[in-house]
Amino acid sequence: MARTGILIETENNEIKDTSLGVLTAAAGQEIYALVLDADPAAVKDKLAEYGADKIIGLKIGSGSPDLAAHALSAAIKEYDLTAMLGTASAEGKDLFARLASLMDQPLVSDCVAVNLDDKIVKKSHFSGKIIANLKVNGPLFLCTIRPNVIEPVAAPASGEILEFIPGVEDPGLVKILEIKKGEGGKIDLTEAPVIVTGGRAIKAAENYKMLEDCASKIGAAVGASRAAVDAGYAPHTMQVGQTGKTVSPKLYIACGVSGAVQHFAGMKTSKVIVAINEDKDAPIFTKCDYGIVGDIFEVVPALTEKL
Amino acid sequence: MKICVCLKHVPDTAASIKLAGDAGFEDSEIKFVSNPYDEYGVEEAVSLVEKEGGEVVIVTVGKAAAVTTIRGAMAMGAHRAILVKIDDQFLDSSLTAQALKAAMEQDGLPDMIFTGKGSVDTESFQTQYRLAQSLGMPVVNEVNALSLDNGKVVVEKEAGGGDKQVMEMSLPCVVGATKGLNEPRYPKFPDIMKAKKKKIQEIDLADLGVDGAAGSVVIEKLETVPERSGAKMLQGSVDDQVTELVKILKEDEKVL
Ligand SMILES: Cc1cc2nc3c(=O)[nH]c(=O)nc-3n(C[C@H](O)[C@H](O)[C@H](O)COP(=O)(O)OP(=O)(O)OC[C@H]3O[C@@H](n4cnc5c(N)ncnc54)[C@H](O)[C@@H]3O)c2cc1C
Ligand SMILES: Nc1ncnc2c1ncn2[C@@H]1O[C@H](COP(=O)(O)O)[C@@H](O)[C@H]1O
Repeated sequence: MARTGILIETENNEIKDTSLGVLTAAAGQEIYALVLDADPAAVKDKLAEYGADKIIGLKIGSGSPDLAAHALSAAIKEYDLTAMLGTASAEGKDLFARLASLMDQPLVSDCVAVNLDDKIVKKSHFSGKIIANLKVNGPLFLCTIRPNVIEPVAAPASGEILEFIPGVEDPGLVKILEIKKGEGGKIDLTEAPVIVTGGRAIKAAENYKMLEDCASKIGAAVGASRAAVDAGYAPHTMQVGQTGKTVSPKLYIACGVSGAVQHFAGMKTSKVIVAINEDKDAPIFTKCDYGIVGDIFEVVPALTEKL
Repeated sequence: MKICVCLKHVPDTAASIKLAGDAGFEDSEIKFVSNPYDEYGVEEAVSLVEKEGGEVVIVTVGKAAAVTTIRGAMAMGAHRAILVKIDDQFLDSSLTAQALKAAMEQDGLPDMIFTGKGSVDTESFQTQYRLAQSLGMPVVNEVNALSLDNGKVVVEKEAGGGDKQVMEMSLPCVVGATKGLNEPRYPKFPDIMKAKKKKIQEIDLADLGVDGAAGSVVIEKLETVPERSGAKMLQGSVDDQVTELVKILKEDEKVL
């Protein structure tokens, strides 16, 4: 049994579902939940419900991403953790890469399966075309897990809060000058459990409203193909694919997307893929799970109504 | 100023990958290209040097065939290159970072290092951080805007949920580039010809004191992900189809 740290991500003092999945990935180990930016007491019950034996608040306040890495490193040393898992979110990947470099320990980013006892992980290579089984050798096992690949399962544990003061300083190498807030309230594409994507067929920026209506009914995020981004219908932050985001939701609904390899490079590991396209010979139908031949402007509103 | 760009030679993402043995793939028949994100680094480095003066040095760890990819970056304007030669198809990120560091130290440390945000073959997402840490330099990854003023580099990156972060670092530093930073130029014919005469220094990995067999992340087995075999097409009126779909997604697939 490995004494395993789990980096918990929160939003407005609520634990993200993706972090609950990471707790589940470590089921059977002695779990130390590390909370970076929320009050541990506020999230204690939920963490205990999903298997945390111990809970540690890192209380570092705001600082550079290096400060967080130093704080995690201090916790790993203090509690003799032999493994540390997190979410492969934008922040999680960055933080774990800093942590692994700082401690000079191996890291595997964006795993789709982990075996903590044998120190073997599975992860995508070659844009989802290949799965690599990797053996990680070293005293500390670090990995981030792709959002949504592990379904959270409750496994009640004691959830004892430990007082810990990292006692680290920001090395001051990177200074955050400004955080420009986005529109807010939007679910991050890479973490969304369901994604509704509009391709070139959407024809105008304002038509994304139709997809947002559908998405908001099921807690989904809205994505775009590169053709839609290039045409100015959607910002690049919404692009899915080789030159956009890599996503792996439980359900991916592609509306008016032809199914180019570069688009699939970003979403082919989704659990279920549904395509809606007016062309019955569209290539996407040969590589998805369910297909509807029809006009998205007719099918999507009908679908929204049924959800 | 001297800028190094870490450029990886990778299979084209459109290529189909045929496995060979447990931990390798057929690499003689497929097309290789520069790692797409590294190309944003090449473009940024070349345009900075066009403004500020200096030179752009490409550093690649790869098989001998990587020379073709290096020539491509030279046609974009890089001045010279160092190829650290390995015989294997994969080298783990720690060792790659060690090799990049040793090659740069031997050549004289640069004022700035560009990498891509990640490799599209191994998707490791960490080499730039390890390189920066070992050189004591600051690093920011996934940079989509950059300005340089008086030795200070101000970069912008996307944070989760649509937020943007603006950060500042001092030179020397490491920048992981991504889409949005610039539009990589298409080399013109004379530039392609000129690139053929530029110098590529080749060094064996072992000569840099790095043991290629000492990797801590080892590939045990590669497996091809089976392609989906084709969709179940829903039938009937639009209403019938969406009703059926919702039922399947809720009851059979349990994803709603
Ligand atoms: C290096 C490189 C990187 C790339 N990176 C990416 C990437 O990251 N992401 C990405 O998406 N692409 C990427 N591409 C582009 C990719 O090759 C395709 O061009 C792109 O994905 C096509 O987008 P699309 O499917 O929306 O448009 P199209 O291919 O034009 O398809 C539109 C589809 O909509 C259907 N349609 C039209 N009207 C309707 C309607 N009213 N109702 C229903 N269906 C309708 C059509 O039948 C068609 O199948 C990249 C390409 C290259 C070369
Ligand atoms: N073999 C290599 N040669 C040169 N640069 C590399 C190599 N491997 C990784 N890099 C650089 O490091 C970045 C991150 O790579 P990775 O950690 O493999 O995802 C890439 O975008 C490259 O710029």
